[in-house]
Amino acid sequence: MSGWPKGSKDTVSEPRADDTLAIIVLIFVVFGMIMLYSTSAYNGSVKFEDAGYYFKKQLFATSLGLALMYIVSRIDYHYWEKMALPAYLVSLVLSALVLLIGDSYNGSKRWLGLGPLSFQPAEFAKVAVILFLAWYISNTKKKIKSIWSLFKVIILVLPIVGLVGTNNLSTAIIILGIAVILVFVASPSYIQFIALGGLGTVFVGIFLAVEQYRLERLLIWKNPEAYEKGYQTLQGLYAIGSGGLFGTGLGKSMQKLGFVPEAQNDMIFSIICEELGLIGAGFILLLFLLMIWRFLIVSHKAPDLFGSLIAAGILGHIAIQVILNVAVVTNTIPNTGITLPFISYGGTSVLFLLGEMGLALSVSRYGKNQS
Amino acid sequence: MQKNKTFHKKKILVVFVVILVILIVLVCRLVFLMIFCSEYYGQKAKDLHQRERDIKAARGEILDRNGEVLATNRSVCTISVIHNQIKEPEKVIEALTKELGIDEETIRQKVEKYSSIEIIKKNVDKEVGDAIRKYGLEGVKIDEDYKRYYPFESLASKVLGFTGGDNQGIIGLEVKYDKYLSGSSGKILTLTDARGVEIEAAVEERLEPVNGNNLVTTLDRNVQEYVEQAASKVLEKKSADSVSILVMNPQNGEMLAMVNTPEFNLNEPYTLQNVTEGAVLSEKEKQEQLNQMWRNQCINDTYEPGSTFKIITMAAGLEEKVVSLEDHFSCPGFKIVDDRRIKCHKVAGHGAETFTQAVMNSCNPVFIEVGLRLGTANYFKYLRQFKLLDKTCIDLPGEASTIMHKEDNVGPVELATISFGQSFQITPVQLATTVSSIINGGRRITPHFGKAIQDADGNVIEELTFPVTENILSAETSATARSVLEQVVAEGTGNKAYIPGFHIGGKTATSQTLPRSANRYIASFLGFAPADDPQVLVLVIINNPQGIYYGGTIAAPVAQEIFDNILPYLGIELRYTQEELAELAKTEEAAE
Repeated sequence: MSGWPKGSKDTVSEPRADDTLAIIVLIFVVFGMIMLYSTSAYNGSVKFEDAGYYFKKQLFATSLGLALMYIVSRIDYHYWEKMALPAYLVSLVLSALVLLIGDSYNGSKRWLGLGPLSFQPAEFAKVAVILFLAWYISNTKKKIKSIWSLFKVIILVLPIVGLVGTNNLSTAIIILGIAVILVFVASPSYIQFIALGGLGTVFVGIFLAVEQYRLERLLIWKNPEAYEKGYQTLQGLYAIGSGGLFGTGLGKSMQKLGFVPEAQNDMIFSIICEELGLIGAGFILLLFLLMIWRFLIVSHKAPDLFGSLIAAGILGHIAIQVILNVAVVTNTIPNTGITLPFISYGGTSVLFLLGEMGLALSVSRYGKNQS
Repeated sequence: MQKNKTFHKKKILVVFVVILVILIVLVCRLVFLMIFCSEYYGQKAKDLHQRERDIKAARGEILDRNGEVLATNRSVCTISVIHNQIKEPEKVIEALTKELGIDEETIRQKVEKYSSIEIIKKNVDKEVGDAIRKYGLEGVKIDEDYKRYYPFESLASKVLGFTGGDNQGIIGLEVKYDKYLSGSSGKILTLTDARGVEIEAAVEERLEPVNGNNLVTTLDRNVQEYVEQAASKVLEKKSADSVSILVMNPQNGEMLAMVNTPEFNLNEPYTLQNVTEGAVLSEKEKQEQLNQMWRNQCINDTYEPGSTFKIITMAAGLEEKVVSLEDHFSCPGFKIVDDRRIKCHKVAGHGAETFTQAVMNSCNPVFIEVGLRLGTANYFKYLRQFKLLDKTCIDLPGEASTIMHKEDNVGPVELATISFGQSFQITPVQLATTVSSIINGGRRITPHFGKAIQDADGNVIEELTFPVTENILSAETSATARSVLEQVVAEGTGNKAYIPGFHIGGKTATSQTLPRSANRYIASFLGFAPADDPQVLVLVIINNPQGIYYGGTIAAPVAQEIFDNILPYLGIELRYTQEELAELAKTEEAAE
């Protein structure tokens, strides 16, 4: 395993990061760019008369992200301890700002314009929450054991969940999910979480019942063919079904030609299924599992709880997003807009994801076997 | 700072296991969708992506009885441009302007318009299409198509009919035999994106079209052409509104010709004739006039037959034996029925005459007498037996029904007028068919144009047959009627149709149209030959002639001219009677 020191004779050599994780990330970056071009070329040429429109923008963000990943991986992650609280506060401010002066795209106010660039504060909030909670939990004198201490952590992230959730429910759910996973890892007990799970179910039930349109979503989920709003879901299913075992071949998707709306966004996995088949889609999921496994290793080997929780938070983040995205695309759960990490179109997303990978690599560098 | 303890590691492992389980569930879901539902969703997606483009089937031809083509197809092209594919717009504009004869501005607009496909011109001749194709311009599309074409333009226009934009029959035989002629169109299935734009280089699936079958008709192009000329001549000479002539074989109902002048050009069926210069017609008016122009008066319109209908009264009277040829009558110039005084056309009266002479004279009082002797019940029994009250079921659309009094309402006065062909209306084709059935030995035939269905290579697929009802009249009565009618032409009112050696039988008629005050007449003549074995029946109807309007004077000569020309053409031999030979000898002597 590459996490182990390569030059064991040379003990004074610089600590090495997790090579396997780095390679997986690079595979995802390359594969993501290929799939992004494949899915966005049509939409780009129809909307902007430039097949490479989305690709170029994504390439720019990815390049920045790779640079960021490299820099962050070279910095000792303990440096971020003092940055955790400020980062969290900044994310709160930015999320509040976006509500006031944000730009809308497709009816959602999620972007902050910075000259020619635009920026999605919600993406930053995820990293900020991971850092903040890792710092907070690892610096609490008492162990998180009682229900109360558990809730205290959750309450700490409620402001950001509320701000982000105002117009981006999916990201709010992800943030909440990350928080729950971190608390779960930090706490030695299990029973409390079973209770928490039950409470969550009740909460979701009330949530659905109160707002009619969410119930409608539930009906569409059950039978997408009967509803006009089930169009996107249905088109995704057509794409997935068309793929079969081996797919129609890279670049040969029909559904991306305007049938699946904005194929380069949330529904990109359905096009992967169509073009690369069950084999290709299975391979992508396997690669994600491998990546999550590397986060587990990094977390296990982290020298302290702060590093371990950072890795656990990143693990949670990636896992939740992959699971929710694939579940939505396959109509396993009702539709909600969640992007597929590294592959879906989104500059801010890929930038901060790669930043997070840098963080994970930094933690791996200072892992137990290294010192 | 807290340490990374064992229970933390354990808990992360728990999280990982949960994630693993969920991912396995999702993979199972993918297997279900992509293996077990693949066919279902795949087909649905395919249905969504494929666009059907029809390939038109070539419509079957319409032929005359000798195989002459009366309706066929011509290859035409649709020229269109695809904006995205045009590389040299100036060249395209120049070439299209030159070849299509459309002004440059119009073409420039279409070429420069940003659209997926823009049609420049439809129904372009194939030669022009080929010429454009030779330029090899990118982005210019030339689609070939069929267009109905009638080589003789107006020949039998109201019988043949024409087709619409989708190659479907609109009127005439084109409608009636549409299912044989139309064939079934093929399909090109092409893939398109969500906007419907075709994807280049995608594999096309093709379903080949099945071409239509040919219809062989009973029409004879030469007879039809000759009769049309004769009709046009008399139309012009008598300044009539219209002239209808039909020629049929009374033995089997085959129609050799059906003319309704003025005919119209089948290649331009929407062009009105004789439109007053500068007249502006509303859409509705134009449609009405077009419908009028397309009417087949022989079938779509009814008229009061007048004296030609006396053939029916005669046949019924002879069959019922209420009258015989030798019966004596006296015509004072009128007949009083109930309180009505019904005039004969000869005001002075025909005086004493036998029934044969009464037919030759077309004497109204005698036919009134025969009608009254039959009585309403008997008379209507024969109308039904001759199938005069039904439609003839000719194989053309829009046949009009007989307009006849209700039997219960027919008193002596009505019966009297019916007996000499007034106060009711029938179609010309009904009259011709009924008389055919009376003179052919009593077999009610169905008039028809369809003879056989052929495939494109000329092999007969189906011989068309039409119903025949035997014994609507006894053979003796039929024979008697034929001989009396021959005398009508030989020595009676029909003598202007007489041709020595051809044994022509017939009956004239002059009827006044309603309202009587308008002084509009219909002159007609119904003739057949040879009288002892009728092979050809001709009905000439001149609608509203100016000047002399007697059927015997103006319609009979038209029939004579037709007989004179078509009987030899149809291979009917001259057989002179003794008297005719003597007459001929005399004229030859005189000539010397």
